[in-house]
Amino acid sequence: MDVAQFLHEFWIARGAIWDGFQMTVAISALSIFFGTLLGLFVGLALVYAWLPVRFVVRIYVDFIRGTPVFVLVLASFYILSVIGIQLTAFQAGILAITAFCSTHVGEMVRGALAAIPRGQSEAAMAIGLTFRQTFQSVLMPQALRQILPTWVNAATEMVKASTLLSVIGVAELLLATQQVISRNFLSLEFYFLAGFIYFLIDFSIERLGRFVEKKLAYC
Amino acid sequence: MDYRLNFDAVWRSFDLLLSGLALGLGLAIVSIFIGSLIGLIAAFAMLSKNKLWRGIAVAYVTAIRNTPILVLIFFTFFALPQLGVRLGKIESFVFTLTIYSGAYLTEVFRGGLIAIPPGLREAGLAVGLTEWGAQRWVIIPVMIRNVLPALSNNFISLFKDTSLAAAIAVPELTFYARQINVNSFRVIESWTVASLMYVFACYIIAAGLRLVERKLAIP
Amino acid sequence: MMSEPLLFIENLHKSFGKLEVLKGVDLTMNASDVVSIIGSSGSGKTTMLRCVNLLEEFHEGRILIDGEEIGYTLKNGKRQRLPKAQIARHRALTGMVFQTFNLFPHLTALKNVTLGLIKVRKMKKDEAAEVARHWLSRVGLLDRQDHYPGQLSGGQQQRVAIARAIAMNPKLMLFDEVTSALDPELVNEVLNVIKDLASDGMTMLIVTHEMRFAFDVSTKVIFMNEGRIGEQGPPAELFNNPKSKRLAEFIQNSTF
Repeated sequence: MDVAQFLHEFWIARGAIWDGFQMTVAISALSIFFGTLLGLFVGLALVYAWLPVRFVVRIYVDFIRGTPVFVLVLASFYILSVIGIQLTAFQAGILAITAFCSTHVGEMVRGALAAIPRGQSEAAMAIGLTFRQTFQSVLMPQALRQILPTWVNAATEMVKASTLLSVIGVAELLLATQQVISRNFLSLEFYFLAGFIYFLIDFSIERLGRFVEKKLAYC
Repeated sequence: MDYRLNFDAVWRSFDLLLSGLALGLGLAIVSIFIGSLIGLIAAFAMLSKNKLWRGIAVAYVTAIRNTPILVLIFFTFFALPQLGVRLGKIESFVFTLTIYSGAYLTEVFRGGLIAIPPGLREAGLAVGLTEWGAQRWVIIPVMIRNVLPALSNNFISLFKDTSLAAAIAVPELTFYARQINVNSFRVIESWTVASLMYVFACYIIAAGLRLVERKLAIP
Repeated sequence: MMSEPLLFIENLHKSFGKLEVLKGVDLTMNASDVVSIIGSSGSGKTTMLRCVNLLEEFHEGRILIDGEEIGYTLKNGKRQRLPKAQIARHRALTGMVFQTFNLFPHLTALKNVTLGLIKVRKMKKDEAAEVARHWLSRVGLLDRQDHYPGQLSGGQQQRVAIARAIAMNPKLMLFDEVTSALDPELVNEVLNVIKDLASDGMTMLIVTHEMRFAFDVSTKVIFMNEGRIGEQGPPAELFNNPKSKRLAEFIQNSTF
């Protein structure tokens, strides 16, 4: 490997890679945001909803989780346009990863709520709290505390899944890297660079997750 | 919107889809077997007193777990030839998936080994087994049985990850679904059928593995 | 001609870091002796037993079984731990029964006993099963041979553990507080098995808190105190006429 050549090519490609990096961050952040929002509802529905609704949501979750994310991305990209929903590849990709994220978060919420001992809500009801009050001030705080570390780690999954958008032509970090490689043919160096950038992002998120876990463990 | 469902094109290619599904399963099976071997060795390395072994194992697991698998797939397929390592599509993909699963299984096995009470090893030694004999006949069999549920989950996600082989044109299920989509424009049909095939395959695999788990569980 | 003692321990020293747990222990046992070791926790009883089974390394002193030094050798005047295969062979001279049973959870009672016979003694499967059944019936558990440890009571598990150890045909059986983890109503079934083996002439070294049992079963009782042998003698003498104040206090505070 010629270091000088690599640095030279890197200097030329820095703008493209930076754009790709920003795109990756944007995809991940948007998917995590919408996925979490939707996931909270999914989780609540799985625990509290009227049985038929719960059933439908369960099918949604199992269907999404049983399908590879890559298939979700491709299906979202190809299908939406033929049924008349005009989305860009960027939007279609985010939709797919949001769905993926929502089922993860949904299962987390369901698991956390199920793990709270029954005595907690009984005790809350016993001092006269309504269901809404019980949920807001007793159940949800406990569930959130349990979810937070797992949720942070799920974020790394979304960052990894964002690479799948490269296949439908969204110029995030991986596709940007491939475009750079197609110009300079330094595939080893630039794939390595891309891998390393992803590593840094995910590793930081993972550390953050551990930090949060530790913080929460003390109180 | 003017789209009429017509599954003819999909049914005509159903054999291909099935063969793709079978190939995906095969890829996952080969990968989890070799990956388990790697994971077992790396888990012992992680727990060894030797700093060098431990360092290598930690570096391997951390690097792989924090890098998106698609980057790893492209790296092996497109970048390694630059170092003279030229693999066919399928070999290249199996290689990546094996290394990938090895890293996740290392964590599984490491956790399993830590959870084994030390008295079990001593009891093995006390009946005259050598250190290796105690590991081979007592610790590893008990640990494997204890981590079977985690192994099952790993296998199912590996199976879903085989969809990514389509990105380097390995003819598995996702590859054929995309082919049908592109050739026949039966967009909704091809992706729906492919998704359902993944979902059902996951259900069946999960159910089968539960049976195995129950059969092998320590009473 | 004096016969070789079955177990000969000389000047045994053992430390965990800076903490010296055994400060020079000497002990001689002849075949068919049953020696009980009593003493408060932390006195080094269990550590001594684990040294004899080579589960612990020790830093000074020698242990001989039937005249053969185990675990260590002198090479060019330097004391060296033997290679693992040798250690395993020496370890098999003794059979160890643990406080926490440590049965192999993935194997049936029968297979718990046959594992060592097949892998270490290289017996054929049928032969091993026959030996195992013999010992399982001696501990009264022949009807449970196909049960897994998780399906047995604590007392039953411990009896399987005894069968597992003794089936290897050791020269010396080591019992490490084998009833401490048991519910009170299960203690006697285990002690009775040990008494039964003692009456067979099995040589046994027993660490125990059960004073009544030590009194009944032993040919000699050893009182360990702060890493040394405080007192030793026939049970009647030791329990009825303790010479040291420490032993007198210890006996007084023990329940019979």
